[in-house]
Amino acid sequence: MTGAATRAEVCVVACAEAWRADGEILASPIGLIPTIGARLARATFSPDLLLTDGEAMLGQGTWAIGSQPQVIEGWMPYRAIFDLIYNGKRHVMMSPSQIDVYGNVNISAIGEFSRPKAALLGVRGAPGNTVNHPTSYWVPRHTTRAFVQRVDMVSGIGYDRAAQAGEPASRYHELRCVVSNLGVFDFVTSGHRMRLVSVHPGVTVAEVCEATGFDLVVPDDVPLTREPAARELQLIRSVIDPGGARDAEVRG
Amino acid sequence: MSALSIVTSEISNKRLLHPLEGRPMRQKLMTPAAVVAELRSGMTIGIGGWGSRRKPMTLVRAICRSDLTDLTIVSYGGPDVGLLLAAGKVRKLVYGFVSLDSIPLEPHFRAARQSGAIEVAEYDEGMLQLGLYAASCRLPFLPTRAGLGSDVLRVNPDLRTVRSPYDGEELLAMPALPLDAAIVHASRADEAGNAQFLGPDPYFDDLFCTAAQRAYVSCEKVVPTPELTASAPVQTLRIQRWMVAGVVEAPHGAHFTSCEPDYGRDEEFQREYAGAASDPAAWAAFRASYLDRDETGYQAAVTARRDATLGAS
Repeated sequence: MTGAATRAEVCVVACAEAWRADGEILASPIGLIPTIGARLARATFSPDLLLTDGEAMLGQGTWAIGSQPQVIEGWMPYRAIFDLIYNGKRHVMMSPSQIDVYGNVNISAIGEFSRPKAALLGVRGAPGNTVNHPTSYWVPRHTTRAFVQRVDMVSGIGYDRAAQAGEPASRYHELRCVVSNLGVFDFVTSGHRMRLVSVHPGVTVAEVCEATGFDLVVPDDVPLTREPAARELQLIRSVIDPGGARDAEVRG
Repeated sequence: MSALSIVTSEISNKRLLHPLEGRPMRQKLMTPAAVVAELRSGMTIGIGGWGSRRKPMTLVRAICRSDLTDLTIVSYGGPDVGLLLAAGKVRKLVYGFVSLDSIPLEPHFRAARQSGAIEVAEYDEGMLQLGLYAASCRLPFLPTRAGLGSDVLRVNPDLRTVRSPYDGEELLAMPALPLDAAIVHASRADEAGNAQFLGPDPYFDDLFCTAAQRAYVSCEKVVPTPELTASAPVQTLRIQRWMVAGVVEAPHGAHFTSCEPDYGRDEEFQREYAGAASDPAAWAAFRASYLDRDETGYQAAVTARRDATLGAS
């Protein structure tokens, strides 16, 4: 239960931080590291968040990856999720295959849409999510293939697209943050270009820039992503992910 | 004989008589083959369920075995879409995603997209719901923010926006998605077409039914109407008989997708399916083992496979 935090654990905490100020809304983490992060956020600094079991139940308490919540506090089938999306009381963290400098993301198809080099999932709920409520992203492998000049099929919309599409698209559009295995990013800049907020311990600013296919906004002083607190490490290691699934997604 | 005892005896005879006319209610029990016989090539068919969850796979397999072609399929897609693509039944696919859930990418869908073999309409999954809802309400469209600013508009150039007469906001006008037919799989149903979902999520199955000219419900088990509410709350009766043209009893009819609480997804079988799908020779073998036979043969092969796996472990 001791030992320095791994990169995966730093990423979990960075994801958890995305939901810090959200209050009583549905946190929708897609993927393993965001899921551990959302449960950690609720177990610590964001106690009012709502969380599903990944299917249709809202659960209370803190439960482990691969297990079920002990207390069910509500029913959240897909239809109720859609209603909630339109209402705006949700903050999703999705995992895009491509993301650009304004936060446009692609989860649909690589290459030309009519005959893609690689067909992915489809746009899923990304178009609706991004124009209705706060959205963040998790990228487990930060490379120039993921952080690109231009995404092939805009599924979730970025700040430039939201501005071009006008008030109905931009009114509720908000990209909170991007967490990768290398650092944390946001769009709090003039023109809403992606900014490097922090690098994870052991990562240099140069490494991040080299792995990014566009020019990041890089402040003069880039801090380190905060280390998990002892209590957070204990929750991650013995309560939420005792099986260590996180180490398969992010190494080191 | 009291009125109550007449009703009771009628229920026990499974023939519901109208109290005044004395005529029997419509009977809707059908075989999968009879459902397929009511479908036509070129139709737009909606498929209930979600990803690799509670898909009407018995009916999908029956369509795969038929001579139907040029179908437009509307689905929150999973292996239903994959099997129909592999069987060459699809001209156009309308979807928000196609996924096997525990295996994120559907191999037949990927192959069809990457070869440009089919026409597609890829929408936000909420847009799909609104299209079905508009069709259900007999409206031409419903307004939404979903899709604005995204490439969904670029790749679907027929989509239009509409200006709100109240505040001037310009929203996306999601067109109605009327269906010629819908197929869904329920946990239980009665012979009249009242259908029940005992699992965690009804998905959008009732919308598929109401968006369709004719809806066909397969179910794990057909039961007398009183049994539907004997052990489950009435709220589980999401589909009512006015929505339904035919009822098919299809035990394990969602296999290999999940049908909670009767069974979970057959993950091992799904892995075999996905593995076979990415290689022509392996797919031919998979087809010979499971698909080039009737539904009884399919279910027998699945059972034999499971027994062999258990025996080996």
